[in-house]
Amino acid sequence: MSRIRKIFEKEKAFIAFVTGGDPDIETSYELIKTMAANGADIIEIGIPFSDPIAEGPVIQEASLRALNAGTTTDMLFDMVEKLRKEIDTPLIFMTYVNPIYVYGTKRFMERCAQTGIDGLIVPDVPFEEKEELADFCKANGVDLISMIAPTSMERIELIAKEAEGFIYCVSSLGVTGVRSEIKTDIGTMIQHVKTVTDVPCAVGFGIATPQQAEKMAGLSDGAIVGSAIVKLVAKYGKDAVPYVADYVKSMKAAVIKAQNHSGV
Amino acid sequence: METGRFGEYGGQYVPETLMNAVHELEEAYEHYKHDPVFNQELEQLMKNYAGRPSLLYYAEKMTKDLGGAKIYLKREDLNHTGSHKINNVLGQVLLAKKMGKTRVIAETGAGQHGVATATAAALMGMECEIFMGKEDTERQALNVFRMELLGAKVHPVMTGTMTLKDAVNEAMREWTCRVKDTLYVLGSVMGPHPFPMIVRDFQSVISRESKAQILEAEGKLPDVVVACVGGGSNAMGSFYEYIQDKNVRLIGCEAAGLGVDNEKNAATIANGSVGIFHGMKSLFCQNEYGQIAPVYSISAGLDYPGIGPEHAMLHKTGRASYVPVTDEEAVGAFEYLSRTEGIIPAIESAHAIAHVMKIAGKMEKDQIIIVTVSGRGDKDVAAIARYRGVEIYE
Repeated sequence: MSRIRKIFEKEKAFIAFVTGGDPDIETSYELIKTMAANGADIIEIGIPFSDPIAEGPVIQEASLRALNAGTTTDMLFDMVEKLRKEIDTPLIFMTYVNPIYVYGTKRFMERCAQTGIDGLIVPDVPFEEKEELADFCKANGVDLISMIAPTSMERIELIAKEAEGFIYCVSSLGVTGVRSEIKTDIGTMIQHVKTVTDVPCAVGFGIATPQQAEKMAGLSDGAIVGSAIVKLVAKYGKDAVPYVADYVKSMKAAVIKAQNHSGV
Repeated sequence: METGRFGEYGGQYVPETLMNAVHELEEAYEHYKHDPVFNQELEQLMKNYAGRPSLLYYAEKMTKDLGGAKIYLKREDLNHTGSHKINNVLGQVLLAKKMGKTRVIAETGAGQHGVATATAAALMGMECEIFMGKEDTERQALNVFRMELLGAKVHPVMTGTMTLKDAVNEAMREWTCRVKDTLYVLGSVMGPHPFPMIVRDFQSVISRESKAQILEAEGKLPDVVVACVGGGSNAMGSFYEYIQDKNVRLIGCEAAGLGVDNEKNAATIANGSVGIFHGMKSLFCQNEYGQIAPVYSISAGLDYPGIGPEHAMLHKTGRASYVPVTDEEAVGAFEYLSRTEGIIPAIESAHAIAHVMKIAGKMEKDQIIIVTVSGRGDKDVAAIARYRGVEIYE
């Protein structure tokens, strides 16, 4: 069982995202350490891409800040290698297929294995194109995380059957970013997945408040938060660490509340 | 060949949210392309609304002046809305309507595709929203107003380089937000399958007509077919019927901006490498980490860092060749065709004319070149004046 799966064996997970290299590598390093120390069960690190078509304005701007600061894929691998000496929290790279393909898919996955990356989320590689990455992931013990969306419907079974790590349930139509309300019937989506597989499901896109995290984690196996954290980084820059620490703590507490309600 | 692939190129690299939408489009297209009623309606629109067939005009003065091959211009500039874009848009918007969609969205660079989409949407009673890089809304202010006149809402895109690639990003994002009642009417032979195939099929009317026209006029096929390439829709349409005719040379002209050795260019074949972006595996201008490069061309319509996957294949197999043309050469050709033939071409099309000016004189007098004038140049007059140091207001 992969390190990512093991997390969910224990309890519902709080999954935190931060854009790597925003505002700079040193701050990212500190942010990730802090998130791990304050209850993030899994951490997603965004490798910035020039044209992130699945992101809303908050993460688009973070990607741009990171690229303008000179962040490269190699710098992020080095950062992960260093982090691995301090934390054992599962780490996932989230990026687009082009930075992986152009780096060399095989070389990229080998670097993931060497440095200690546990999983990969690539929003522009759907089920039909996953052979672009899957064999290289498998050979290097990297979980390729599958996504399901409110439009997936009958595709859910297809996707869930081959899922590994966890299934990323996209809460709403559109791009990443904070939403005041999540209208999709997440419960039904999750139930559909559970008829096919026991791979855990975490919900992301639009979650910002502890109330939302509690509700979404209550319906699933975990909550994923990106834009709300990145907003704090945008606001406080290099001084964001304590703000992110407090925020992560409050969100993890909300997920634990959901855990206690479910009585597991 | 695997569905949606052109050799190794093509594919369907889009977020899960859009997968059912691209499959729905694929199924609808496979159905309607064999539907006699659909085809009849489209043919009527092409004839009575767009004004097809477009002329194949023998450019006698240009031929004599260059002193070599006979030059024919395929006059897509004479279509309604002033460019080849209407061919694809009438097809796609009609398809959207058959699919029960009530709203279309589109990206635009120079504004030609945006204007064409807004036009078809007005005609067929669809809601229409256009995404256009902010820089392009300034370069092509007249086209913005034109789209608004036609009832479309124009969104200036402020992200990234604020040009065509960012307009595509934003249109894709918008499609993921509202997919049920909306079709993304992509303007070129690019993006995820089935777009490269659909756009090519609707644009291939250009070469279907030109082949019949040249056979009637000259009794033989052309030696060379030339067209400009950004994403590559007019070139794909101009080439398609000749791909099987191995003796017909196919030449695509890409925008070299200030020169292929200068970083300010958009010459994807000359400078690009294989990547996966905007839903397709193809060639892109990018750096060693796969970050898409900011590209540049005087022509907003060619100012795109990628090329359609079928062109990437034609390049790889050697069936078509692709040559860079600079801003300076294109502006020269823009002025040359205006003075010589009384035809003001779009600055995009002027890239193709510029290459013809280089090769025609070296060819034999009994040889034939067909060059596609993909659009008319009215939209570019102010920009060309500025290029020559004359400040005029649109």
